[in-house]
Amino acid sequence: MEALIQLLGDNLQMIYILVFAILLGTEVISKVPSVLHTPLMSGANAISGVVVIGAIILIRQAASDDYLVLILGFCGIALAMTNVVGGYAVTHRMLDMFKKKKKD
Amino acid sequence: MAITIVDTLYLIAIILFIVGLKRLSSPDTARDGNLIAAFGMGFAIVVTLVYPMEGNNNNYIWIAGGLLLGSLVGLIAAKRVPMTAMPEMVSLFNGLGGASTMLIAIVEFYNYPADQSLLSGQMITTDFALFVGCISFTGSLIAYGKLQGFLRDSWVLPFPKLINMVLLIAIIGLSIYLLNLPSLDFNYVLILLVLSLIYGITFVTPIGGGDMPVVISLLNSFTGLGAALAGLIYSNQVMLVGGILVGASGTILTILMCQAMNRSLFNVLVGGFTSTGPAAGGSREEVVKEASLADLAIQLKYSKKVYIVPGYGLAVAQAQHLCSELDNLLEAEGVSVKYAIHPVAGRMPGHMNVLLAEANVPYPKLIDLEDANKDFPSTDVVLVIGANDVVNPAAKEDPSSPIYGMPILDVELAKSIVILKRSMSPGYAGIQNQLFFGERSRMLFGNAKSSLQKLVDEVGNA
Repeated sequence: MEALIQLLGDNLQMIYILVFAILLGTEVISKVPSVLHTPLMSGANAISGVVVIGAIILIRQAASDDYLVLILGFCGIALAMTNVVGGYAVTHRMLDMFKKKKKD
Repeated sequence: MAITIVDTLYLIAIILFIVGLKRLSSPDTARDGNLIAAFGMGFAIVVTLVYPMEGNNNNYIWIAGGLLLGSLVGLIAAKRVPMTAMPEMVSLFNGLGGASTMLIAIVEFYNYPADQSLLSGQMITTDFALFVGCISFTGSLIAYGKLQGFLRDSWVLPFPKLINMVLLIAIIGLSIYLLNLPSLDFNYVLILLVLSLIYGITFVTPIGGGDMPVVISLLNSFTGLGAALAGLIYSNQVMLVGGILVGASGTILTILMCQAMNRSLFNVLVGGFTSTGPAAGGSREEVVKEASLADLAIQLKYSKKVYIVPGYGLAVAQAQHLCSELDNLLEAEGVSVKYAIHPVAGRMPGHMNVLLAEANVPYPKLIDLEDANKDFPSTDVVLVIGANDVVNPAAKEDPSSPIYGMPILDVELAKSIVILKRSMSPGYAGIQNQLFFGERSRMLFGNAKSSLQKLVDEVGNA
């Protein structure tokens, strides 16, 4: 319990951001036509690769000879980056089709 | 000073994410939206790479290697994947994001000072991030396997609910024990890791393949949550907001999908779809009428209004281009051709729209469930291509049916119904379809692509 209050107190600013982000997220998303659900899901999925930033911070802070951390961090970056780049590229491919058709 | 600049730059990235998501929600701006979000991500990565950090060793070689490898794999995978396999691909990418969260959590545990109490906000968050990352990793792989057909729905462990419950209790208990230890014992972290990975598998395995879109969407929001937790660990706003945006959007999308099937999320997760009752009507001796190609071609040409109901069978057979070809031929004859899109047609909401857009079918021809149902009584011919459960009248008539209550396309109201299907096998929900035995129904057996090809040839000649 003490730890929990400590957590709340230490991160009050983060918790504010968290709550507003939840409200914002539901508000932005709830007005999407079903046509765009698959591309949207794919685009949102790409954004969840933002965890790549954590992996970068982790490696930047690691000792230069701490190979276990470096290797795990390297894998973390590679995996998350696949999610990011693959996600945006797939979404782009899907949306390209809508555009081609619009020109006709 | 430096931190203020970093936070301001991160704020720009966050705004780009939000604007990107917003623009993704309208067909006209979706392409920009995706690019804006991608730019935001690139920007956030660059800021993270260069900002001054205390006690940093940078290790840029390792970072560059990881970024390069991931970009390359992601680009190639995204270029190569066929349009029909999109849902699987999204699931796979999602699993990789989850795996990354898992690795970060492991390293955070590993780096934790040995002599310090674990009961801190940071460690509670890390513990939670490890659990969420693991579920999203293995769960997404199982969902991928099911959609690809590697894994069958019949491969289920005995007592799945009991196993899940026991695992979950064990994970929670172990987490509490671990966090209350006077100093970190990494062995417990490894046990927690293994249990969480197994839980991801047993969580998704009992859920039927037909429900995978809901599961992928849910796991997508888990990955977002994982990223947000990692953001809390590092007090990093971009990760926190980006992760939460995805968590919220995934949750909303999951609920929308469940609503389209008239089921609750609880019902999907706890199951009941896969194992309810015998296939109703399966044993009855009923006769279906087969359609002849020549007759059908002529009937189509002289119709006023034709509806096409595309389903997963069309996607699997890659028959969307032929579909559009048939459409053009008929339109040239003055026939009005439209497409009735069920909210859960294919394997994901919007999946059919993407496939048909690929085949250059114009937007206004795609009609949603409600409007299509109003239109069916005045429709001359409905072509059901590779769809089954979404046109099964049992959803309205048979309270014992597992899909009872799901809104369906009322194609039986049309003057004539032709079902293109590979065989009489039941659909994803594993139940028989009385529509096939209806008075005005006829079947055209065969792979959707070859059947459509023959039909196109026949209409062209007739």
